This record gives sequence, structure tokens and C-alpha cells, in this order.
Amino acid sequence: MRVAVDQDRCIAAGQCVATAPDVFDQRDEDGVVVLLKAVPGADEEDDVRRAAGVCPALAIQIQD
Amino acid sequence: MTSPQAQDATGTGVTSTGDAPFFPMSREAGCPFDPPRHLREAAASHPVSRVTIWNDSTPWIITGHAEQRALLIDPRVSVNDRLPGFPHWHAGMEQVSTRRAPSVFNTDPPEHTRFRRMMTAPFTFKRVNAMRAVVQEITDDLIDQMLAGPKPTDLVEAIALPLPSRMICAIMGVPYEDQKTFSAQASIGMHKDVGVQEQIASFRWQHDYLADLVRARMAQPRDDVVSDLAQRVTDGEIEVEEAAAMGVGLFVAGHETSANMIALATVALLEHPDQLAILRDSEDPQVAATAVEELLRYLGIVHMAQRRIAKEDIEIGGQVIKAGEGILIELASANRDPRVFPDPDVLDLHRTASAHHAFGFGLHQCIGQQLARVELQVAYGTLFRRIPTLRLATSIDKIEFKHDGIAYGVYHLPVTW
Repeated sequence: MRVAVDQDRCIAAGQCVATAPDVFDQRDEDGVVVLLKAVPGADEEDDVRRAAGVCPALAIQIQD
Repeated sequence: MTSPQAQDATGTGVTSTGDAPFFPMSREAGCPFDPPRHLREAAASHPVSRVTIWNDSTPWIITGHAEQRALLIDPRVSVNDRLPGFPHWHAGMEQVSTRRAPSVFNTDPPEHTRFRRMMTAPFTFKRVNAMRAVVQEITDDLIDQMLAGPKPTDLVEAIALPLPSRMICAIMGVPYEDQKTFSAQASIGMHKDVGVQEQIASFRWQHDYLADLVRARMAQPRDDVVSDLAQRVTDGEIEVEEAAAMGVGLFVAGHETSANMIALATVALLEHPDQLAILRDSEDPQVAATAVEELLRYLGIVHMAQRRIAKEDIEIGGQVIKAGEGILIELASANRDPRVFPDPDVLDLHRTASAHHAFGFGLHQCIGQQLARVELQVAYGTLFRRIPTLRLATSIDKIEFKHDGIAYGVYHLPVTW
């Protein structure tokens, strides 16, 4: 799995960090998403899928 | 109450093609936690339909979960409440709309993005979770005070309102002693049955209060959100008026909603003792976190519909929303959409409910949602463990529910233990 984030679309809701904290973070200055791992571990893939599903701005793309 | 002959009152060519029942609708007697039956049933069968509102216009109402998501993320859908045909909450809001400074609440991208990013830093997942210990301390303190006081007592005054109020006052830097006055003014502004002049005066008061606070922080900055906004004014990024509009929005949204969720969930859990036991008997924070999402879904307290307007023709749910037509996104009904939540009218604290629309969806989703989550997780997780004998000091039919509020809840909640 490969993950990409769109920082321009991001609205800093924080849902991705709440769901997959080892893959996503938020910038201190405005909460915009920061990708920690473009290739998450196998044990993190379910959480990443959930994070993409709850992102209110559809700013997370997943490639399997 | 229906208006089968709803007329075009907006001048935008809107005519009713069938039944367009009046909105807002009443909840059924004896079902204080359920959205009105018509809306719940429409979620799966007629996810895009029409209603008649206060000015006799007939905007679309979106009740389906998938349809709400699609529209809330669609750039052809606008929150610009100055566009003709915008389906305002009431006459007061229509009048106020032309006086409100541009903010996250009434702008689309790219303007919206700029405003939103000025407000998000204090509400990131990590910043808010770092405050969990403070939320716990305030909660324990309020429960101590309640247990030491007379019973029965009003849980709204004792815990539900002071917990989020203290938090948002501390984060923003609003003196806590001013909170009561501000809350009273905010309630006037949100109340649908208040006269237009009174509403305008209350918006003016709230706005002036925040503008004064912004100017005070420009002169003497502190470590709080209003000081951050004041710094942006000093730097020439925004005007005092815009900073005040952001402040009012954060303050109002920051305590009314969580307060309603704390009190209303307490009623719901006391009425569902098997579900209450799940919270009371567990110290696992994941149990409380899962329970909070389900209570957010089930209670759907933002029940007056988010207001939008179509900028272009949009095909959705077998209908065509024409450019210039109003759109009402009724969040609570999507939370009962059986296509997403099996047995949607059942409160099930073990359910995975995170797809709910309690905080909305799309670019305008709640900024303070992570703070609300921490407040609710701590409040529910603590209240029933510390007071296992908590019970209503009245019968449920005597409780006055906020049918008229923009956020649903209870006015008072007499409890004993």
C-alpha cells in the first residue's frame, strides 16, 4: 500500500491522526496533515483505510 | 403540517412538485432521541426531497448519508449566505447575514481555507489530547462540588455547561466570569422564536465583546487563542471585525454543543441502563471513545440542518438541484440511514459509528471536534463510574427538550443519586 495526502485540500479535522497516529501527523502551526509514512506497515493498513474513509476533505489517497 | 401548494417565494424559479412538508418538524411524542419520523424514513427512501421553510420557499432537504457526503464535498455547493435564495434559518439570520464579516462560516475556498487555517492550530488532535488531564481535573472538581451540594440538582448547571465552558474560556482567554453573560446573549442569537431586532442586538453584543477583547490582547498579548487572532490583526492579515467573527464562532460552538451532548447523553443512558453499564463498568479509554462516537451518531444534536445553496445544476439522488436553489443538509437523519448503520434507531455503544455526521462533513466540518471528543470521553467515562447511583429526579416526560434550539438538548436535568 502507498499513501498520499493533499495538503491543499486538508481542513485539519485531525481524524487521520486519531485513527492512524503512526502514519499521519498535523503541522503545529495550522493542523494541516503531514504524512509520516508513505508506505505503511501491513499491520497499519486497516487503520489507514479507515482514516481515508473518515477524512472529511477526501484528502487521503491510497494505492494498493 | 404540509404545504402542498408551496409557492415560489424566492424569485429563483423554485416551485414545489409535490408534497413539501414544513421544516423544522416536530419529533414524535415519547421519542425525544429520534429525529422526526418523516426525516428518518426519508434517509433511505427519499434521500433528496423538498421542504417548505419559514419564508414559504421550498429548498431541497438532504437526508441520506451518501447524498450528504457528496454535496458537502461538492465545490458547486456554497455557504455564501448573501446569495439570493439562500435558505436562512429564520428572518433574523437573513438580516444579520449582510452584516456578518467574512469568516469560515460564510465563505467558500480559497477564502475559507485562509480563515480556517487561522483557527485550527489550538484544536489539533495532539494539542487537545495534551489537555486531557485538565479536562479530567475540571470534571472531577465539578463532580466533587455536585456531590457536596444539595440534591436533587440540575446536571446542566452542575456539570454539562461548566465543563465545556471552562475549557473554551481557558483556551480562548475569555474571562470565565463573562461566560454567563455571553452564553445568555448567544442563546438569544440562536433561538428561532426571538424577534429580529433582538437577534441583531445580540449578535452586535457578542461581536462587540470579542472585538473589545481582541483590541485588549493587541495591547497586552497573552498565551491564548484571542491573542493569536489579535496578532494576526497586528500583522495586517485580518481586520478586527474578522477576528471578532472567528472568536464569536469558536466561543458559541465551543460550549453550547458539548454541553447539550453531555446532558442529553446522560438522559439517554439513564433510559438505557444496559448501555450505561458498559461505560460504568469499564476503565478502558477505548470503550469510552467508541461510546462517544455512537452517542454522537444516535443523538445527532445539530438538528436544524446545515444551510447551503447550489451554484450550478447538480444531479443527485435521482433529482436535479438547480443553480440558485437552497439546500438543507439535515445531519441527524443521515445518522439514522439504514444503508450505513444497521438498526439505526438502536443505541449500541459497541457499534463502530465513526462515519456519523454529528460534526458535519466536508470543508466545514467542526473545527473543535477533537476537543469535543476529549470532553465527552472524560465526562461519560467519569460521571457514571463516580456516581453509579445517578438517576433522574423527575420523569422523562417532564423534562423540557430544546426543540427550538439550533442544537438539541435539555434545558434542565434534575438528577439525584
